[in-house]
Amino acid sequence: MANNNVFIALQNNEEARPIIEAIEQDNAEARVEYAPAMVKIDAPGRIVVRRASVEELIGRDWDPQELHVNLISLSGNIDEDEDEFVLHRGD
Amino acid sequence: MTIEIKTQSVEPLRHTFSNVARRQGADKSASRYLEAMFDLQPTVNFHYKPQWDPDHDLYDTGRTAIVMEDWYAFRDPRQFYYGAWTTTRAKQQDVAERNYAFVEKRALLDLVPEETRKVAEAAFVPLRHAEYAANLNNMYICAYGYGTAITQAASFNAVDRLGIAQYLSRIGLMLDGNTSESLDAAKQAWLENEAWQPLRQLCEELMATKDWFELYVAQNFALDGLLYPLVYERIDGELQRHAGSTISMLNEFMSEWYGETSRWVDATLKTAAGESDANKVQLEQWARQYIDRAAQALTPVAAQVFGTDAQSVIAELREDLTNRAGKKAGLEL
Amino acid sequence: MAAKRLSLREKYQKFTRDLAWEPSYQDKANIFPQTEFEGIHIHDWDKWEDPFRLTVDAYWKYQAEKERKLYAIIDAFSQNNGQFNVSDARYVNALKLFLQGVSPLEYAAHRGFAMAGRQFSGVGPQVACQMQSIDELRHVQTQIHTISQYNKFFNGFHDWNHMHQRVWYLSVPKSFFEDAMSAGPFEFVTAISFSFEYVLTNLLFMPFMSGAAYNGDMATVTFGFSAQSDESRHMTLGLEVIKFMLEQDERNVPIVQKWIDKWFWRGYRLLTLVSMMMDYMLPKRVMSWKEAWEMYFEENGGALFEDLSRYGIRMPKYWDVSVKEKERLSHEAWSIFYNYDHAAAFHSWLPEESEMEWLSAKYPDTFDKYYRPRYEYWRSLQEKGERWYNSTLPMLCQLCQIPMAFTEPDDPTQICYRSSEYNGDKYHFCSDGCKDIFDDEPEKYVQSWLPVHQIYQGNCGGASVPEVLEWYHLVDGQDNKEFLDSQDRANWNRWKGESDSDTDQPVKAAVND
Repeated sequence: MANNNVFIALQNNEEARPIIEAIEQDNAEARVEYAPAMVKIDAPGRIVVRRASVEELIGRDWDPQELHVNLISLSGNIDEDEDEFVLHRGD
Repeated sequence: MTIEIKTQSVEPLRHTFSNVARRQGADKSASRYLEAMFDLQPTVNFHYKPQWDPDHDLYDTGRTAIVMEDWYAFRDPRQFYYGAWTTTRAKQQDVAERNYAFVEKRALLDLVPEETRKVAEAAFVPLRHAEYAANLNNMYICAYGYGTAITQAASFNAVDRLGIAQYLSRIGLMLDGNTSESLDAAKQAWLENEAWQPLRQLCEELMATKDWFELYVAQNFALDGLLYPLVYERIDGELQRHAGSTISMLNEFMSEWYGETSRWVDATLKTAAGESDANKVQLEQWARQYIDRAAQALTPVAAQVFGTDAQSVIAELREDLTNRAGKKAGLEL
Repeated sequence: MAAKRLSLREKYQKFTRDLAWEPSYQDKANIFPQTEFEGIHIHDWDKWEDPFRLTVDAYWKYQAEKERKLYAIIDAFSQNNGQFNVSDARYVNALKLFLQGVSPLEYAAHRGFAMAGRQFSGVGPQVACQMQSIDELRHVQTQIHTISQYNKFFNGFHDWNHMHQRVWYLSVPKSFFEDAMSAGPFEFVTAISFSFEYVLTNLLFMPFMSGAAYNGDMATVTFGFSAQSDESRHMTLGLEVIKFMLEQDERNVPIVQKWIDKWFWRGYRLLTLVSMMMDYMLPKRVMSWKEAWEMYFEENGGALFEDLSRYGIRMPKYWDVSVKEKERLSHEAWSIFYNYDHAAAFHSWLPEESEMEWLSAKYPDTFDKYYRPRYEYWRSLQEKGERWYNSTLPMLCQLCQIPMAFTEPDDPTQICYRSSEYNGDKYHFCSDGCKDIFDDEPEKYVQSWLPVHQIYQGNCGGASVPEVLEWYHLVDGQDNKEFLDSQDRANWNRWKGESDSDTDQPVKAAVND
């Protein structure tokens, strides 16, 4: 059963859509699954949400902390700063 | 043209929860505040004695000398449940954010005389440590208090105090140009400067106080009741003479917060004192004791700004607080 | 003046841990008296890593945004009588179990994290716990406000907290949380933040909320997802606490491992209630308990423990038993409630044929063999007008307090009994997991307020079922028993204008056109 997947789940709504798109752009190995009202994204080892990518998509300033509003769940270690929100395994 | 909307109206089976109906004396619809406040805390059939306090139950009326027949006699006049509290604070936060941005963008603090900025820095920034103590003290009241009516409001108060500590830190950073020198200097003053030692000593004593209602009186009534008017009215007023309204803009959250929170504190004391003479006597004893202590602790803080007039400033504030206790809470001090 | 910009990390550091100071007028142990008695060694609280760096102003801003959205939906839901849009009146019983069993735990978490947020002597964990404390208050309050509308139209919700403190099956969640709260702050956060929130909570919320969405309950979906957005912060706190303890001192490792073992099992047993909710109580099903356990525990949990192995932490003891039980847990649990539904504040029922087929497909190795025949037999009794209720009070596990109905790990036909002696008395357990926990702290678990014992001792209003139900505030014939005979069902059919030939219950609610 060993694996090193991380995941993030977001509400499936208008605000989360560009975030999901940014994740798909920046994480080539991400697998996106749609469940009722929810989107779950899995990837081996690491998922990054980049501020710049989201801003590019929405055309305004975006603070990675805004992620909290539509976040449902996650698995992995978190590293958050001004420019990105990272989920990863190990160090 | 008339449009006929066909609606099916369905009579509900009941209008509120049974516990709320019992307390209201009737099955009638209840406010969100009441439905999500009454009886939330378990009162019976506890499984295990706490390892950290084996003489009491998990929730126990015996952790204070105050005795109430019904711990839900307390009401928060603001009717804060989480949603009401957080949306109220978000609005105030929005105003504060605009004020801070306004002062920053126009570099208004640069227009304040150096001398006045020094006084502001010395008077306000160390208070972030006192607010941190107030945060822990109100968390204590939430943790070990009895009945959601009081404990939930104490938890909001605790987070408010952390927020205020952070606003005071921001003021420090604005004054020192984001070098955090003022924060470091304030901490040094808090730890070593004689003017702050009596207040720090009182804060540490309160952080070790066991009776949660005693702590409520000491922190939220006595200490805050002198400190807030001293700092955000008197000292702020003094600074206005030199700094205009710039610094008051940065303090607006705190003065508004104090006015609002005092209503809750007064209502709580009034209810407890009205319950029995024993409660009233106990509350008056605590109030006297801690007003004395707080006045003594704040005099050197006031002296930093008012010099030899500090004694009389504190005496006036004591009188105001004593009057407030009589008028709003029914306590004769 | 040229203002430099502090990084988020620096700013957060100044705004939280820099607020504290080393006390000199009081002994630090008087201010933080609980930091040592559990045997956890902390050398440097500054090594605590804050995973989320939310200052209070940002917290207010984002939380208020969530609250405004949520209450707009709650208002719309009640204005539009959204409760009538759910798939089927049976669905509402899952919400009853939620309000009676889960919402009070949110409240307990509010108080428990206030304790931890006051007791930890490092500001990093203090602040994280304090924010979680008020988040948990948010959860219980938004749940009450959402479910308030259901309470107006369905039975079983009306005295949820009175019931939580008395009714037999609700002592399972109540004792779980009181166990954690009566321990010290480190065990509490290991229990709740790590073992429950981080390892297991996805199993509660993800299927529950997706289930609500599938079954047309948009109000519950909204409060659930809104709560989950806080939950991510809480789960991260759980992981950070564990890593912090493990990195501080190697003497902490065996203590933490023991707590992980204990609280995994405690949490898993609690989730029994969720398993039957998923497999039986949702008229439209999302996934089976077995699938959820595989996805959220075996896969994600596996990755997590792989990650923790470098600290010397292994998978929780008896995780293999949970895997063996995944094919039977929900069925054994539902059977308990079918048996004792006359004393429960929600309805039970037998799965319809199409549902039996779904269960057969999801549980090919067990359902047709062990459970379908039982249900078919009960159905035959029901058709004869002899719906089976068990009038003998069950024996409860001293530890998890669930009736002793679980089977041997390697034999699904044999009830599992374990026991221990303590001070000359014999205590009974449903599993090795529960027995081990008792054996480690018998002086704690002999205190359990066991509902069945309490009834026998005359502490629950009397010896007869009607007396006990009255003491529970459980209205006989309204809150309890078979769904097919229920007032809920009769009302539902009337409201929905559906035919209702086989019920002629007196109906209190009136429909006006």
